[in-house]
Amino acid sequence: MTDAVFIAFQTNDDTRAIVEAIASDNAAATVARFPAMVKIDAPGRLVVRRESIEERIGRDFDLRELHLNLISLSGNIEESEDEFVLHWGK
Amino acid sequence: MQVDIKTTSVEQLRQTFSHVARHLGGDKPASRYQEASIGLQSTANFHYRPLWDTEREMYDVRRTQIEMKDWYAFKDPRQYYYGTYTIARSRQQDTMEKSLDFVDKRGLLRDLPEAARTALIFALVPLRHLEWGANLNNCYMTAYGYGTAITQATMFHGMDRLGLAQYLSRIGLLLDGNSGESLAQAKTLWMEQAAWQPLRRLMERMMVCGDWFELFVKQNLVLDGLLHPLVFRHFEPRISAQHGPALSLLTEFMTTWFDESSRWVDATIKTAAAESPANAERLRGWIAQSRAETSEALGSYAAEIFGDDAGSALAKVQSTLDARLTKLGVGSVEKAS
Repeated sequence: MTDAVFIAFQTNDDTRAIVEAIASDNAAATVARFPAMVKIDAPGRLVVRRESIEERIGRDFDLRELHLNLISLSGNIEESEDEFVLHWGK
Repeated sequence: MQVDIKTTSVEQLRQTFSHVARHLGGDKPASRYQEASIGLQSTANFHYRPLWDTEREMYDVRRTQIEMKDWYAFKDPRQYYYGTYTIARSRQQDTMEKSLDFVDKRGLLRDLPEAARTALIFALVPLRHLEWGANLNNCYMTAYGYGTAITQATMFHGMDRLGLAQYLSRIGLLLDGNSGESLAQAKTLWMEQAAWQPLRRLMERMMVCGDWFELFVKQNLVLDGLLHPLVFRHFEPRISAQHGPALSLLTEFMTTWFDESSRWVDATIKTAAAESPANAERLRGWIAQSRAETSEALGSYAAEIFGDDAGSALAKVQSTLDARLTKLGVGSVEKAS
């Protein structure tokens, strides 16, 4: 079984669009809601797309804004202007 | 490593307000924009008819020929409600103040040759009167429109026009060394100079347009769609090519604002057109008439500021508007071949 990657954000109005975008772009991802935290798990690979977030948030978005509400994550990180990817060995 | 959170959680019984949930089709978490907009306007229990329009209710869908099953289908892609709108504009204001200071301290506009300053005062400062008219028109749409989704956005748009008018005035004050002369000159140009009169007539006619959605088309789609690119994308670069980017710094807000509000204007027109063929037809009719009037009104102004290049500048903004209208589903059906 592939090791899971996860990303966890604070629960607030700003992360709503981010969580929706991740859920919609990653079919195998599961979203778990805790008090004040949203944790998204996925087997092996998770991608956060800037464009998907921009569609939902109604303004330009810099992927580095993720860090403002980030609680924790696991996986190897690959970053570009357009995608923030978590994975274990490709 | 396992992330193990042990908590006792108190589950909310409801995710959002009932009226918002009804609109969303279920009790789902709603964004602040949705909660600040959906169903805000009263639709029942008005105590009396308005004295100024006793045939209709205070808020009445009959004040326009556009028909919608759901007036909250209009969504602002910018998701502006009062909080986000004021914060966004406040940030832009800070940037603009810095740019104004920069240009002022160095006298970048004050020290331009007299001919250039006169040309800029002619082209830009009387626009503050047009912007005031645009504010008035958007206030009309807010007053007589239906549904917070659209009237909220038109109110913000109206406030933006006042901001634009103020910035144009500040540019005038930088051009006249803070004497205020440019503002007086601009008023005279607006009231008396031949090249400005067609635009003034156009604005005055818009002020007596009864259908608020028709006014939206005339003002926010057609006039702005032609005039703003003409001035800030075609005229302004000519100035910077000759005199450097001082003016570009000060008109940066105008261009960013135009792109941003166009997203909202486009979404509104697209939603109205997609609702029914009758709406689309009506919109096309309004657009055609408005374009004819506006193109005529722009002719003498463009000739003054572009000289021989007026024709090609106007053609460019017309074709940009054409492309935009086609994407929205209200492009011209027939093209003369």
